Amino acid sequence: MLALAMVASLAACSSSSSSSSDTTAAETEAATTAAEDGSEEATEAADETEAADSTASDGELITVGFAQVGHESDWRTASTQSCQDVFCEENGYELVFVDCDQDSAAQLDAVRNFIEQDVDYIIIDPIVSTGWDTVLTECEEAGIPVIVIDRTIDDSDNYTAWVGSDFTAEGYAAGEWLNAYAEAKGIEISGILVIEGTTGSSTQLGRTEGFEEIAENYGWTILDSQDGDFTEAGGQEVMESYCQSYSGQFNVVVCQNDNEAFGAMTAMDAAGISYGVDGDVILISFDACTAGLEYVQAGSINADFECNPLAAPFVAEIIEALEAGEEVESTVYMTEHWYVAEEDVLTTITVNGEEQELTYVTDEIIEEQY
Amino acid sequence: MNDKLRKLTGKALFLPIFCMILVLCINVVYDIAQGNRFYDFFVISIQNGVLYGRLITVLNRGSEVAILAIGMTLVVSASAGTDISVGSVMSLRASLCCMLIAGFGVTSVASSADFACPMLLGILAGILMGGVCGAFNGTLVAYLNIQPMVATLILYTAARSIGLLLCNDMIVYIRTDAYGLLGSGSIGVVPTPIIVALVCVVVASLILKKTAMGMYIQSVGINKKASRIAGLNSKRIIFMCYVICGLFAGIAGIIASSRITSADSNNIGLNYEMDAILAVALGGNSLAGGKFNLVGSIIGAYTIQAITTTMYAMGVSTSQAPVFKAIVIIIIVAIQSPVVKAWFSKRASHKEKEAVKA
Repeated sequence: MLALAMVASLAACSSSSSSSSDTTAAETEAATTAAEDGSEEATEAADETEAADSTASDGELITVGFAQVGHESDWRTASTQSCQDVFCEENGYELVFVDCDQDSAAQLDAVRNFIEQDVDYIIIDPIVSTGWDTVLTECEEAGIPVIVIDRTIDDSDNYTAWVGSDFTAEGYAAGEWLNAYAEAKGIEISGILVIEGTTGSSTQLGRTEGFEEIAENYGWTILDSQDGDFTEAGGQEVMESYCQSYSGQFNVVVCQNDNEAFGAMTAMDAAGISYGVDGDVILISFDACTAGLEYVQAGSINADFECNPLAAPFVAEIIEALEAGEEVESTVYMTEHWYVAEEDVLTTITVNGEEQELTYVTDEIIEEQY
Repeated sequence: MNDKLRKLTGKALFLPIFCMILVLCINVVYDIAQGNRFYDFFVISIQNGVLYGRLITVLNRGSEVAILAIGMTLVVSASAGTDISVGSVMSLRASLCCMLIAGFGVTSVASSADFACPMLLGILAGILMGGVCGAFNGTLVAYLNIQPMVATLILYTAARSIGLLLCNDMIVYIRTDAYGLLGSGSIGVVPTPIIVALVCVVVASLILKKTAMGMYIQSVGINKKASRIAGLNSKRIIFMCYVICGLFAGIAGIIASSRITSADSNNIGLNYEMDAILAVALGGNSLAGGKFNLVGSIIGAYTIQAITTTMYAMGVSTSQAPVFKAIVIIIIVAIQSPVVKAWFSKRASHKEKEAVKA
């Protein structure tokens, strides 16, 4: 029996090496079948040897492989946690989780491993947006639906659905809120400074595009827009330089995530510039993590535009629909909130003709936030 | 006159200082081109009772690399190799310190009443951790004779991850003024990091100048075997250099972590080892070990920060900044290269001969 299991695993091993190297379509197909055979044999072997232990080979559980980016921020941790909570055994899932630690090659390997393990669904949060065509074709050939979350894939549309945030919409909302807020308060916008996220990330591109479009519509001056790399230290250093270059010329600072906003606050403190609800500078941030919302509640950040990390419930919905044999939407935007520090100034904003609600930050909201 | 000039250019520190001035001059040219006052970069004022201005930013922000450069200079001199783990060790130190202060699994502390252990203890444990990492590197290099690059690669890879483990994969915030004192606070009118860096430099140079330590290190670097035959414990000296380098990495880690009053294991000290090595090279030190010039390395460290600050001041888009930084560094390194140096001295002696002939 042991020998049989070994043979099966050997078959799986040899097929893995041939499918990951450059092979013709026919060979790949053969390899895939071999892998399937191999895993079937392995399952049989496992069944016979350990019939009592049934969870791993229980046909009722839906196996989901998740290739996560890494664990670089609170946001990412919340995203991971959300997947682990939703795809648990109680909900009828078995989650194979791989933390790729920012290594895009490791992520490709992880997806190929999922194919070999013959999981039912693959979830990818792509570290880079290109280089996916081959591996996604392999997934398709193996008949495994792929659901992409959060970041995007640009060079292939060979996946079932994408679930994530509409970063451009976040940028629009920030711009429209600023306009409505300044009007309500009677503030004239003299100059805007932007601390961008990591250059080239879809988050940075979307938020910049959305906000700049609104700024252009209202004729605002964006004095400068530099990269703070989504970190507190980065935001701090950029803001320090802004304070020296544009002293007295600005009254709005837009940070493309909360950590940058924390850094910007320290830098403005040092330069003797007041910000927030009672200050001279309007501070806008994105992401709305717990720490960010605490500053919104304290009135240091005027408005914080959420980027929802809890994609798993939306993914689960898609999987349920696919299981039921229904068609699914190829792009799913998650619901997100716009958090503000003042309750009585504005309650809604109009973005592209659509009325959107603003959420006033309370203790309960902070409690529930990731 | 000519003689004086030659004496000046012959000094070891001439080129590092010259390069520093060169970088600062870029700002003068830029300010003139922008129609600003030409001395705008150099204006120092007092804001909120603290010195304020671009030059202060250079001194302030350059502190970490300057502190790292001290340790790196010694390591390079004694072992003819570099310690590439310093950036990761900074991060590990910050993680350990914040984890001890906040308690394991706690992500945010807002007042000193919630501290799990006294702040000073956390900071000391952090610095000690730097020393332990240094001792680990030192043992591998000095006693097991592993190449420095390979030996320090271990902690370069591992230290950051250990830090993440300590912090339970989270960013730990210690949002109190007391913890922020070292990074964003000030003593009198001077920002604290400048003072910390100054103390480190003074202590290090006193030890190197007033004791035989500096001479021992150089002697081991020049010829390990001969030093041993002459009665020096070469291995222990190399080991000590790595420990000192680790301790300084620990101190730099506190400043970096205190600046953002948190432990962001993924980003603290990221790529700092490269800046520290570059600082040593810009200071006119040979990476092949042997004779070293500590002041040169420190000047090198501030030159690197001056380049960064210049990029920010000029509003160079951050995605393009590394290209400009690279160009400036190529020029600096080329000026200091032996070939160019030889050409200069040849020209000087040629002129002298002509003068004699005339």
